[in-house]
Amino acid sequence: MTSLFSEISPEPAADVPVRRITVTVNGQRRSADVEPRLLLAHLLRQAFRLTGTHTGCDTTNCGACTVLYDGQPVKSCTMLAVQADGHEVTTVEGLAGASELHPVQEGFRDEHGLQCGFCTPGMMLAAKALLDRNPDPTEDEVRWALSGNLCRCTGYQNIVKSVLWAADKMRGPDTGGGGDRHDEEQP
Amino acid sequence: MTLDEVKIGGLGASRKRVEDNRFIRGTGNYVDDIVLPDMLHMEILRSPLAHARITSIDTSKAWEIPGVHLVLTGEMMAARNLAWMPTLSYDTQAVLATDKVRFQGQEVACVIADDPYTAKDACEAIVVDYEPLAPIVNPEQALAPDAPLIRDDKEGQADNVIFDWEVGDREATERAFAEADHVSTLDLHYPRSHPSPIEACGSIADFDRSTSKLTVYMTTQAPHIIRAAVALVAELPEHMIRIISPDLGGGFGNKVPVYPGYVASILASILLERPVKWIEDKSGNLISTGFGRDVYLKGELALRKDGKILGVRMHTDSDHGAFFADAQPSKFKIGLMHSTFACYDVGAAHLTARGVYTNKAPGGVAYRCSFRVTEAMFFQERMVQAAADELGIDQAEIRRMNFVRDDDFPHRTPFGFLTDSGQYGKCLEVGLEAVGYADFARQKEEARRRGRLLGIGISTMTEPLGAGNSREYDILGIKMFDSAELRVHTSGKAILRTGAKTQGQGHETTWGQIVAHELGIPAEDIIVEEGDTDTAPFGMGTYASRSTPVAGAAVSMVARKIRAKARKLAAHLLEVSEEDIEWELGRFYVRSAPDRGVTIQECAMAAYTNVPDGMEPGLENTAYYDPPNLTWPFACYIATVEVDPETGVWDVLNLVAVDDCGVRINPMIVEGQIMGGLTEAFAMASMQFITFDADGNCVGSNYMDYLLPTAWETPGFELHEVVTPCPHHPIGAKGVGECATVGGPAAFVNAVMDAISHTGVRNIDMPLLPDRVYEALSTGRDVSGAPPVKTDES
Repeated sequence: MTSLFSEISPEPAADVPVRRITVTVNGQRRSADVEPRLLLAHLLRQAFRLTGTHTGCDTTNCGACTVLYDGQPVKSCTMLAVQADGHEVTTVEGLAGASELHPVQEGFRDEHGLQCGFCTPGMMLAAKALLDRNPDPTEDEVRWALSGNLCRCTGYQNIVKSVLWAADKMRGPDTGGGGDRHDEEQP
Repeated sequence: MTLDEVKIGGLGASRKRVEDNRFIRGTGNYVDDIVLPDMLHMEILRSPLAHARITSIDTSKAWEIPGVHLVLTGEMMAARNLAWMPTLSYDTQAVLATDKVRFQGQEVACVIADDPYTAKDACEAIVVDYEPLAPIVNPEQALAPDAPLIRDDKEGQADNVIFDWEVGDREATERAFAEADHVSTLDLHYPRSHPSPIEACGSIADFDRSTSKLTVYMTTQAPHIIRAAVALVAELPEHMIRIISPDLGGGFGNKVPVYPGYVASILASILLERPVKWIEDKSGNLISTGFGRDVYLKGELALRKDGKILGVRMHTDSDHGAFFADAQPSKFKIGLMHSTFACYDVGAAHLTARGVYTNKAPGGVAYRCSFRVTEAMFFQERMVQAAADELGIDQAEIRRMNFVRDDDFPHRTPFGFLTDSGQYGKCLEVGLEAVGYADFARQKEEARRRGRLLGIGISTMTEPLGAGNSREYDILGIKMFDSAELRVHTSGKAILRTGAKTQGQGHETTWGQIVAHELGIPAEDIIVEEGDTDTAPFGMGTYASRSTPVAGAAVSMVARKIRAKARKLAAHLLEVSEEDIEWELGRFYVRSAPDRGVTIQECAMAAYTNVPDGMEPGLENTAYYDPPNLTWPFACYIATVEVDPETGVWDVLNLVAVDDCGVRINPMIVEGQIMGGLTEAFAMASMQFITFDADGNCVGSNYMDYLLPTAWETPGFELHEVVTPCPHHPIGAKGVGECATVGGPAAFVNAVMDAISHTGVRNIDMPLLPDRVYEALSTGRDVSGAPPVKTDES
């Protein structure tokens, strides 16, 4: 049984209402018994130990807790865990495949799109959601899509470049994108 | 064959960051990610009022809530002599309020429970009776003769003044003013701002009764200093305290001070004998933790009519809130405000500075700067622009005329610092060329005829970095230096630890590059660890851009110690005397037979397998680096803007940055730091400030009210470089992480003031919100931003 934070409260008090929910997280069905007031961010972090989803501001502003909810970016710090019942959630831990990074992850690494790394998971998920619906965004479209995510380190310029790099890579060489054009190893 | 230094990730390589591998996978390890067995959670109850006497605290209802283990009040802290703690500035700060609350958001009680939800419930069940007192929200009120005494807890404190200090030559400055053709005056306010890393503060205290050892995982930029402070407060010796600072979600000076939450979580863990986690929420972080700036200036420049600066006179009043709680690495209480006018050849200067207590959260932290340098440079560059306008001199020309010249180094600044190197004029010329200065002036005139308002603003500044040296700088009496420990294993792969603590600056990447540069060991063969006081050598932490100037220098020096021992090993392996050995990157060889050589890796193996008689085995060492002086990077930032005369909205057309930070270890990281700094500068100039209403309520307690720029508002930046190596740094580096935050704001403000110069307005205080600009445009008068904002005036 998973009450609020399973690691410290295996047995919830008798008067705490709990509800069983099932969420598909990163492709895996997971169940938990939760208090109705438990936030989705805390379900992911504390119950499922997916700590890549960070909580920054608690008010839906900073975007560090952004996850994909049925493919759409949402801020998990102001969404209840019970609202995710029966839905699909993708966190940063679900971005990479078994061996390969997602192009957005590669883009952030290659274009120096992060410094302290705290906002990075939310940024990358917001970026993935953009690229899923718009594979060829303009710089302005990238900036607008990321405007719900705050970063205090990078000045955004390299984050925007990272997303454009990923777009380029995802479109692939056949579309004229030339996914490896930024690769330093190329002549 | 000599190794290619850049290919092995040495000096000058834009090496991809090592730490990114875990951050992009979501496997970083921030304090809130750590879970310990049997861990409890702490929440803090904060004061809703800025100034009030506490008449009673009733915690009985909180104790009754299932899952609550402990409710801590100031009275319980006082019984253990912990109601007050020393600050890093030799002041005292309440841990939990006992007698009075002195700012909104001050810590009043703590609840420790099974989970944070229950702890928050219990905080709400605590009933506190307050008797409101008149709040003081700015220095003017604090200095009034009849002002209520905020710190009546301090024996001998008869007023609200924290320090009253002067530096410079008063008489010589008076003479300069007497001889001046023109005196230019300017009153400015640099508003209060919060560094606001996206990750708030937090700690997990874990006291182990069986060993009496206290381990604290903590969001801190300076673990060893915190260990010293905890030793004072907890009355435990240092060897029984282990501070671990894991990955940090930004710091910017906010994570240097000791906060009551850390102390309360430690006491709770000692009392409960269980780990206690405290993770601050954003509102708690914004209203109660280290603020920066909040300084008022009265500035005067004595000028010859051709623009030559003869003398500078400045008076500053700074608002430090209820406790003087920043880290103060200098015997000068105003920090480095007197670094002002360092890049100009000024004959005489005098500065008086006063700090006051108010009913605001403790402030004065060095928010992405070397203490008061941001204010110093902002005031300097605003004063220079105002003087140029008054004398009708071109703003580039007045700087050119007054700069310290390249052949004038070492140069003694008007307040006594010694600067060592720089090409100030060249930086300016590169910037002017890049921005198209002459052409912009023509565009501006044409635009003006069509009713469009264009402006250009210059900021040229130098920042003192690398606090140290130990002669002049200390925290809590501990002299400032830094350290590095390098252990080279048998295979030639190595682990490096330093007393610094990265918060996004990329130490794990750049420190490896310095070792690669010194030894020729590929950077990928070196791992870097920081932030654990049980394993890292004693150091002063990371803030004030001191990592590269001090800790980075220590990395160089320890690598050189390793190389010196490896040379002896090489002589032994090659069977020649040490004098016959030459070094090239990664390899020793016999001078007379360059083909006969051994690699550094072979020397490493020999250190454990084949040492000469009398030599200690092993290849590891530690270096403590006490810098001979500060380093002085220089930068020129030029902004062009367009102001909409109908709305007061202004847009950045271009921002050109020319940074001379000496030798660049990793150009990619340097540029990333500059772009980040420029964004904070843009934020300060355009939107980011925290103010208080007349009752001392914090206006800006969440990100809906405290405006930070997003990717949408933030302009792009054009970066250029000039490289003047620092003569006394082992690899010629000067530090760069804060230069743009320090020097940038004046460029934006000067540009907007230039755009509206026809109105006769001489100043709008930051942030230049559209309503302030519109007010200036429509009234022709200066606009002050000084708080309090009167919210309930009828």
